Amino acid sequence: MHAHAPEVSAARARRWGAFYYAEQVLRVMKGYSWSILMYSVGQPVAYLFAMGVGLATLVDSGNAAFGGVSYLAFIAPALLVSAAVMTAANEFTFPVMDGFKWRRIYYGPHASPLAPQQIAAGQIMAVTLRLLLQSAIYFGAVALFGASPSGWGWAGILVATLTGLAFGLPLMAYSASITEDKGQFALVMRFIVMPLFLFSGTFFPLENLPVAVRWVGWISPIWHGTELGRVLSFGYREPLLLTVLHAAVLSGLAVLGWILTRRRFVLRMGR
Amino acid sequence: MHNHALTPSGTLTGGPPHGTVISAENLTKTYGDVAAVDSISFTVPAGESFGLLGPNGAGKSTTMKMIGGVTRRTSGRLSIMGLDPDTHGPEVRAHLGVVPQQDNLDEELRVRDNLLVYGRYFGLPMSYLRPKADELLEFAQLTDKAKSKVDALSGGMKRRLTIARSLINEPRILLLDEPTTGLDPQARHILWDRLFRLKEQGVTLILTTHYMDEAEQLCDRLIVVDKGRIMAEGSPAQLIRGHSTREVVELRFGSERNATIGSQLEGIGERLEVLPDRVLVYAHDGESALEQVSARGLRPLTSLVRRSSLEDVFLRLTGRSLVD
Repeated sequence: MHAHAPEVSAARARRWGAFYYAEQVLRVMKGYSWSILMYSVGQPVAYLFAMGVGLATLVDSGNAAFGGVSYLAFIAPALLVSAAVMTAANEFTFPVMDGFKWRRIYYGPHASPLAPQQIAAGQIMAVTLRLLLQSAIYFGAVALFGASPSGWGWAGILVATLTGLAFGLPLMAYSASITEDKGQFALVMRFIVMPLFLFSGTFFPLENLPVAVRWVGWISPIWHGTELGRVLSFGYREPLLLTVLHAAVLSGLAVLGWILTRRRFVLRMGR
Repeated sequence: MHNHALTPSGTLTGGPPHGTVISAENLTKTYGDVAAVDSISFTVPAGESFGLLGPNGAGKSTTMKMIGGVTRRTSGRLSIMGLDPDTHGPEVRAHLGVVPQQDNLDEELRVRDNLLVYGRYFGLPMSYLRPKADELLEFAQLTDKAKSKVDALSGGMKRRLTIARSLINEPRILLLDEPTTGLDPQARHILWDRLFRLKEQGVTLILTTHYMDEAEQLCDRLIVVDKGRIMAEGSPAQLIRGHSTREVVELRFGSERNATIGSQLEGIGERLEVLPDRVLVYAHDGESALEQVSARGLRPLTSLVRRSSLEDVFLRLTGRSLVD
């Protein structure tokens, strides 16, 4: 059996190239699928138990500030969204540096018929799949804890994935621009991901924060994702316009991040 | 490995002369004010082993990247199988196998999976890839490593795996950028043997090297490149005949005396080259030149008569050694 003609390779790569690269990323993920699975199951169980069961006994559940639901139901959408953001923060930083610099993995497919923007798209698609899977498992745990009263809670899986991309894709563009590793990613985790996690209306409504720091929530994808998740999960009351705004901000950030990433990949690999 | 008839793509405009797989005309690449490749022209017929010989920084890799359709040229014309890589990148790359200077294997995947995954980038079906991967592992003498992780391989094995990977799409043109740099002599010889087999199968090899022995072993024809320009072109034998004498006497007088002894050697052989570590006397008859040295009462610490090599050609053309 022979390889098909180069013309066929080129035509297929032009059409399906991003999927071919996604396949590669998923194969690599398969190599550590066990730890992905443990992380996806272990993290929600630990958080839901500690925060929702332990902390909740000290917090006045059913408090109006929590939208009239249990504290566990109040924080569950936030935890779901935050977990997706953390995973995205990992998947869109170190592997990108690995692709361009450490082990130069991108330069293998770059010499094949694939184009740089397809390599970027393939990685994004594979991580999106991981986010969907992880969020689905997380939501399963939330549901088991009885923390998703509404019938629409499952849509939180999509919201969490979108939030992961809204945060992760601009970060991916940044990762693709780094030529020298000076520990930038550790700084991103400590000074961007962690504060956003804590001050995005995650554990308490954003209104409880002094006005001076509330802006952290407003610019935070985690806040937009969390609020959207709450609307779906237990009918959290907020103006419809605000709900639309959350979806628009998340989509906008994801699209902008993808465009910037694409541009970075093309520029960096085409030199 | 199988041979296809060489069929340039149907989408070409103008079309290459029959049998020419690569043609470059005034090919130039500048980064800022620096011309990495400065208006070079060459053509490569199908089935030839064509080498770019030159020191590090000569512009060899940049030329390879332009041929490989991953770096855009600044000016000039370039056609691979009748296609312009700037407008038909995926089509050009689909014709090629590429062995980059630095291995970029996927170390998190197993050896065989590296081949399968790479084949998928060409849209090749698994029914083709599975037997092909096994065939290539055999060719690269890595069959017993099929299930190993890549980071468990030695440098030579990684290099062979990279070559096997580049052959997954049965390319008729193989680009090799410094294929044996960093390998020990035994690993180099194994690799040369594999490349020689490909050449016998009619694969066009384009390789860069700064090793003259590699160029002599593998290249039918080569261009000597320095500072982005072509200094000379021809077969290894032609270049040596045209730019050097038949033999060379290497004399070492010790680092302090090498520089001063030059004047006392004047008139022996055709030409002298005084280097920091040795003096080279270019002569058609090395032994008689060495006798003349002794006759003048000069006693070098060591002396050696050898055939001229491409290293001498390069020294003659540029005044510098290939490997610093």
